[in-house]
Amino acid sequence: MAKIITKNLNLWYGTFHALKNINSSFEANRITAIIGPSGCGKSTLLRVFNRMNDLIEGVRTDGEVLIDDTNILNSHTDLVVLRKKVGMVFQRPNPFPLSIYENIVFGEKIHADSITRDKLDEIVERSLRDVLLWDELKDRLNEPALRLSLEQKQRLCIARLIAVKPDILLMDEPCSTLDPQATARVEELMRELKNRYTIIIVTHNMQQAARVSDDTGFMLLGELIEFGKTQEIFTAPHDKRTEDYITGRYG
Amino acid sequence: MERHVDQELKELNKDILKMSALAEEAIYKSIEALKNRDKEMARSVIDNDANIDKLELAVDEKCIDLIARYQPMAKDLRFITTGMKINSELERIADIAVDIAQRTLEIVDKPLLKPLVDIPKLTAVAQNMVKMSIDAFVKGDIALAKKVLLSDSEADQLRDVIQKELIEDYIVKDGTTAPRAVQLLLIARFLERICDHTTNIAEDVIYMVQAEVVRHHPEKLKNGK
Repeated sequence: MAKIITKNLNLWYGTFHALKNINSSFEANRITAIIGPSGCGKSTLLRVFNRMNDLIEGVRTDGEVLIDDTNILNSHTDLVVLRKKVGMVFQRPNPFPLSIYENIVFGEKIHADSITRDKLDEIVERSLRDVLLWDELKDRLNEPALRLSLEQKQRLCIARLIAVKPDILLMDEPCSTLDPQATARVEELMRELKNRYTIIIVTHNMQQAARVSDDTGFMLLGELIEFGKTQEIFTAPHDKRTEDYITGRYG
Repeated sequence: MERHVDQELKELNKDILKMSALAEEAIYKSIEALKNRDKEMARSVIDNDANIDKLELAVDEKCIDLIARYQPMAKDLRFITTGMKINSELERIADIAVDIAQRTLEIVDKPLLKPLVDIPKLTAVAQNMVKMSIDAFVKGDIALAKKVLLSDSEADQLRDVIQKELIEDYIVKDGTTAPRAVQLLLIARFLERICDHTTNIAEDVIYMVQAEVVRHHPEKLKNGK
């Protein structure tokens, strides 16, 4: 089932045409990787899905982005609701300078008018269990999140998203600051989470895209050149430009 | 852009060509030994097999090494995995040449059963199929690969003719010819097996070039794909 559909999506930063007529369909409960050289528009595309580009001055978008059949580019879209539904993990883990506990309940406190301590405790436990941090951190919940290791911080950021029960997780280079073992564990986590979420990951690491994703899209100079099953893209891409990129002949 | 891996892929290509040259030579010599009743040549085929085995291992190792170090994708990946498979097909072909040489040694000291007519014909078909399949690999030539696949029925027919003649005209009519006739039967069978290996190579080439699996899908060839 298609969770996100883009139709003739175009985006400009001022006069720079960053996304060119993107038509794509992202399936629910799958991991989709977006690959391509720097500046190809892959992070921009990711940020369209929760309207993060709105924060940048001079951005203009046209076309449609349907999430569960609703065009989120409509001016009356409630961005708070959208960003709760479509969460984002960034390249560098960015926990708030608060305790582990407060990091996780931060979103819930914003989104819910009033909530009991028991309910918050439950959310913290559930979210940390989901990212496999509960056993490690259950006795340290009041410690500053900034004291955690990089991998723990990244997991915490994922837990913070999950706490507000999103449908879609956007991940922009989520492992680029992690060592290979931590990367492997975050990838394992992604595989576990995909049963419940739609995950889209932007990555420069081709092997990571090949390992972790079900579908892959290749972007170049603002265009979505090719989109298909990961296995097919990495063994038998149709477009010469995709082949040149993934075999390292380009970019 | 020339990548570092390109140089290594070229070397792999060279090694596979060397492997095919050795396999072709083994077939040629094994049949020459049969035709000329040349024991020494038959023995040289058997002795040289160790070199082919050694090269097979080296090529295999190179392929695994390339996969481990470069994590190749797309056509690089298809080239390396196909190269690995073709390598083992060539090694099997060389083994069959050894089988032929061994059968030859069994019969050279006995009187010639009959003038060899169809076995040289089948040999020519087999040699041509080996050559075409390797050319198809080198040039990435799909049309040539398909020609190999289509040649296989000719090899099967020739083998059937040889079998029929040896059984009906010799073994059934005069049991004393059986020890020699059986060796020739086996040789015909071996030559036909060589042809089967070349069709595997041709199928691998088609996968390498257009990423389409035709193995076990004869209908894909009939549809002119």
